[in-house]
Amino acid sequence: MNYFLTEEEQMVREIARKIALEKIVPVRQKYDEEGTFPHDIVEVMAQSDLFRVFIPEEYDGMGLSTLAMLLAVEELSYGCAGIALAYAGTALGITPIILYGNEEQKKKYLPMVANGALAAFGLTESEAGSDAGNIKTRAEKDGDYYIINGTKQFITNGGEADVYVIIALTDPSRGTRGATAFILEKGMEGFEFGKKEDKMGIRASVTRELIFRDLRVHKSQILGREGGGFLMTMKTFDRTRLGVAAQAVGIAQAALDAAVSYAKKRHQFGKPIASFEGLQYMMADMAIKVESARALTYMAARNVDAGEKVADITAMAKAYASDVAMQVTTDAVQIFGGYGYMKEYPVEKMMRDAKITQIYEGTNQIMRNIIASQLIKRIK
Amino acid sequence: MNIFVCIKQVPNTTEVKWDLEKGTLIREGVESIVNPFDLYAVEEGLRIKERLGEGKVIAITMGPPQAKEALRDVIAMGVDEGILVSDRAFAGADTLATSYSLYKAIEKIGDIGIIIAGKQAIDGDTGQVGPGIASWFGYPQVTYVRKIVEINKEKAVVERLTDYGYDVVEIGLPAVITVVKEINEPRLPSLRGKMKAKKFEPTVFTSKDIEADETKIGLQGSPTQVKKVFSPPKRTGGEKFEGEAEELAEILFGKLKELKVV
Repeated sequence: MNYFLTEEEQMVREIARKIALEKIVPVRQKYDEEGTFPHDIVEVMAQSDLFRVFIPEEYDGMGLSTLAMLLAVEELSYGCAGIALAYAGTALGITPIILYGNEEQKKKYLPMVANGALAAFGLTESEAGSDAGNIKTRAEKDGDYYIINGTKQFITNGGEADVYVIIALTDPSRGTRGATAFILEKGMEGFEFGKKEDKMGIRASVTRELIFRDLRVHKSQILGREGGGFLMTMKTFDRTRLGVAAQAVGIAQAALDAAVSYAKKRHQFGKPIASFEGLQYMMADMAIKVESARALTYMAARNVDAGEKVADITAMAKAYASDVAMQVTTDAVQIFGGYGYMKEYPVEKMMRDAKITQIYEGTNQIMRNIIASQLIKRIK
Repeated sequence: MNIFVCIKQVPNTTEVKWDLEKGTLIREGVESIVNPFDLYAVEEGLRIKERLGEGKVIAITMGPPQAKEALRDVIAMGVDEGILVSDRAFAGADTLATSYSLYKAIEKIGDIGIIIAGKQAIDGDTGQVGPGIASWFGYPQVTYVRKIVEINKEKAVVERLTDYGYDVVEIGLPAVITVVKEINEPRLPSLRGKMKAKKFEPTVFTSKDIEADETKIGLQGSPTQVKKVFSPPKRTGGEKFEGEAEELAEILFGKLKELKVV
């Protein structure tokens, strides 16, 4: 389907596709098995200017559309969702600074990312997942400084990123209104990383704890206003969850393509299995789901750039695309039959990778809460 | 200092179709690409610039107007400038006339640091144009370079791939080198490069612009005549002998005697 992409968007897609097919596909199995971080691929992404896509022009970026960034995520995820996450996680980590940073902060951090430094976002804690308001990380005021103590969990790009935006309570008595965003840098004294998580999927992505032990930061590292951290986080997620949707679309498309190609080659009962109606209907349903997930995601991206209220449509895109990724990868394994269950073929990895898209950046249950609350508000 | 990279636009297929009567390539309906070996030359040119921290990488190609697409492809990789040597008068050039025309064009731009080419093109497979340019200039040349060990403005130390290993060669600059695929991994185009390439229009040099001697260009300057185009017969394997060492020695000795070698 023609989505009437701009010339720049088409270029981004072409470049990301080339990276996926030529650089990522040949090494994805190795990275999945070893669970190591793909520094070489990140280097290629940076050299190809992919990190400039979402950074404004005045900060050494190219300031392209939200959809351009999603196209990069989708294509990279077509190759490997884990490797793509180094990129998508950076977009998530830097977005709050793009949206709420002051001139000084933007000047310092945006060009770094434009040139390939990674970023990360830290909200989740062991007792604060979906219930994000329950965070315990504390930032206590000490003159012009804040002393931060606490631990963030499951942080994508943790330890690999140079720039971090984290949420800590500056006034616990005010609940979520007492939460403040801080910009941290790797290497600050009192800022440490916990163990690397051993994950089911997206194994080329790194997930770590961020540990703050009497981490002393100057008040100039506050992002936005004190107490505004929670609202900023929600506004950020309203946009960035489309990154997960795009990742899911990329995984699903890869699984569909692999399944159809296999079904044409695999013979049973003297015929290619693609000639059996049962499988044809299955493949058609997969295609319907993938294309509708893509259409919803792209249109939501256009709405973000047009400044529309997008909380519910981005939630729809994220929930739908990730559910589709899970269904389509599961069906792809089914079409591959016994071979699909083996690590020698790529679809079992896609099925493992797909699962996380239903969970992170807001579980699909939380997505449905957002959608339902908007529905109830809107319809009298 | 200018780093020249010679590139050629070729049909994207190793299974080239020939017009058997004319003895030329059938180019219609075949997608054009930059000769893959030339991409290694482009990459090495860009790396030399990065290593030296100065210089300009200039891609040069001879061909019809549509060859500018090949220049666009390498501009997207980060090449600074592109020169298209193009004129009806150049038509029908063999490797001698082509190397002469490229030599004149490069000479016109001047400030030559090094000239790099791929080891050969995948369509003609001659590997003669690079060495030809060196001869016209009277520059030193090293073919089949697999590594540039050292380079500064005066000289370079390079490794030349051979059948038995490699030679380490020191050459004074300017010089011509042709490179093999072992030398590097060509970078992918960047987004900024692609945008620059979209707007890029090459500087076009005609035969007049390069002050070419008319007898040395085009068909007239081409002593090579294509008499016949054919696929050479596939090499078949030799005779194989199996057995114990003593037995084999005897057979071999017999064979050598038969051939009157011993």
